[in-house]
Order: sequence, then structure tokens, then C-alpha cells
Amino acid sequence: MNNQPSANKFWAWFNPMGRQVGGWAFILNRITALGLTFYLFLHLIVLNQLAQGPAAYGGFIALTENPIVKLGELLVVAAAIMHGLNGIRIIFTSFGIGVTRQKELFYGFMVVALVAILFFAARMYMG
Amino acid sequence: MTEKWNITLRVSRQKDTENQHFDDFKMEVNPDEYVLDAVERVWAFMDRTLCYRHACHHSTCGACGMRVNGVEKLTCITPIRAVTSNGATLKVEPLRNFPVVSDLAVDMGAFYRKMEVVSARAVLPITEAEIENPATNWPQNDAQFLRLSDCLECGLCISACPVAATSPEYLGPAPLAAAQDVGIHRNPELLGIVDCEDGVWRCHSAFECTAVCPSFVDPARRIMALRTQVIGAKLGKLFGKA
Repeated sequence: MNNQPSANKFWAWFNPMGRQVGGWAFILNRITALGLTFYLFLHLIVLNQLAQGPAAYGGFIALTENPIVKLGELLVVAAAIMHGLNGIRIIFTSFGIGVTRQKELFYGFMVVALVAILFFAARMYMG
Repeated sequence: MTEKWNITLRVSRQKDTENQHFDDFKMEVNPDEYVLDAVERVWAFMDRTLCYRHACHHSTCGACGMRVNGVEKLTCITPIRAVTSNGATLKVEPLRNFPVVSDLAVDMGAFYRKMEVVSARAVLPITEAEIENPATNWPQNDAQFLRLSDCLECGLCISACPVAATSPEYLGPAPLAAAQDVGIHRNPELLGIVDCEDGVWRCHSAFECTAVCPSFVDPARRIMALRTQVIGAKLGKLFGKA
């Protein structure tokens, strides 16, 4: 028979169709987690430039002034903030705090995330 | 005069080993009828091979759970007006995460077995029930009165749970909520059943179960409360109080 649960259906985690606020938070946490994991590997590769000498590393650092690379850095900061605050919300609800207000908690934390992301964006592009 | 809408009911069809496809049925409905009424109209007047589950028609049996426009609904209490509009299409599909037996009917066997594993209560004393908006003259302290458990065992929560989609052995929202209702203090064996990889810690707080629950169960809140019970029981064991 079909339609049974299966580990192969992990893609269903990312399907926003028919999901509600808690589901959106669940999806956001998975996307940001994957993004941060991808960044971690990228970071290790960049650090590896150090082993190839100061010139190679300095050349890469110069690349980080590129606006597109900066946008990538901002995405990393945004992912970290949203994932972290969403995680705090889950810690709260897991300890029975705000369980019946989880939607409001999510909205509240995402407003805080937006403010923080705008602050970092301003520092990165205008500071 | 009774208001009439013309809608297209798009029904998921799937027999034996065939792939899922959709059949469209155009019909005139009263928008205050329920989605189940439209499904039954297909069976009664258009296609006798349509297979679906239903029984009570008043949200007690929990048999008519389906996905309506992608969202889990108990179709006997979902007015057509609430999920579509005049001239629009209304899509009905079987619940997710249950094997499809035929068309809209799914096999709930594994789910019912999980409810048995946690010794889910069908009735409970009023003194142990969480009553929504109790009347002032409610006999709250009289244990001789029993009431039916809130959970209809409709399976909507299992269908909506993203974790249940990938973990066949996961107990799932309704059985975990039932375990919380029973309580580890009343049945210490529950600790071993829910404090495991496929138990209370598998929940990833998507809260979809509570969003679709048609009754007063609030499975997500109960799962969090069950975690508190588990931690309390384990701390009790650690300090020799169990």
C-alpha cells in the first residue's frame, strides 16, 4: 500500500502547503539549520586558505568586500538569528511556557529577528 | 430561499496499486451543507465506486477525517462555505501518513494499536477531565460521573504532523496526548513507552496537531505536559522517590 510514513518523505518537511503558523516555524527552522550547516562547511574551506599562505588568504578576504558576498554574510546572520530565536521559543514551549501562545511567541520573536537583521544590515552596508 | 452554489468537487482516487489521480464532479450545493454531504452526493448520484469512511455525521466517531484543500478537516462539521466559494473547486484527499485502502479511505490500524499501547482511556471520571468552559453547576467533584474522552481518534493530528510523515514508529500526537491523560503517576509503565526515541522526544514542536484537532485535545500542549511528567518521574527515580 502507499501513503505510509517513510524516511524518504523528508521533503514533506519543506512543503508549506496546508501548513499553519507552527508548521511555518518548523519549516523555517529546518531551512535555516541547513543553511547554517552549509555555511559551516564553507567556513572550514575558507579557513583552509590560511594553510596556503598569507597571499591566498588575503586575496579571499578582499573578496568579502564584494556586495554579493556581503549579502551572503547577511543571510548567514539572518539565519542564525531566526534559528536561535525560534529555538528559544521551542525551549520555552518544551518547558510548558507559552504553549497555548506559541503563535504569538513566534510572531514576537520574528519581529525581534527582523529588527536585529536590519541592525546588522545597516552595520554591514553603512557602517 | 435556500442559497445555492455550483462547485467542482475534485476527489482523490486510488484503487489497489494504481497511482493517485483526481476526478472532478460538478454539483449544486447549499453552502451551509458540510463537505461530507458533497462527498456522499458523489457516491449516491454520480459514482458508486467512490470509497470513503463515515459514520455518525456529528463529530463523535472521527471516521470522516480527510484533507480539504490540503488541510486536515473532520468533513462532517466543515461547512462548504468555510472552505470554498461559489464557482470554485473543492479538493478532497485522504489523510496523510496512513496507507490508502481505496480513494479517501485509509487504514487506521497502526494508529489504533498505538492508542492501545498507551492504554488510552475511552471514558474517564469527571474529576480527572479538563472541561472546556464548565457550567457553574457542573458536578466537578463527583467521581461517580464519567465522560467520554475528548479524543475522537480521527487521526487528523497524525496526518498533519510532519514528523509522523518520516517516522513510522513515532507514537504521534494523539497517542502521546492519551498517555498524558492517563498519566505516568497512574501507569508507571508508560514511562518506558513514551521516554524513548519514538516517544515524547520525537516531537519537533510544529504544533500542526493542535491546529487541526477538531476536539478539545490540544495534543501539542499535552505532549509538552507529558515531557514534564517524564522529567518528574525520572528525577523521582534518581532521588529514590519512585
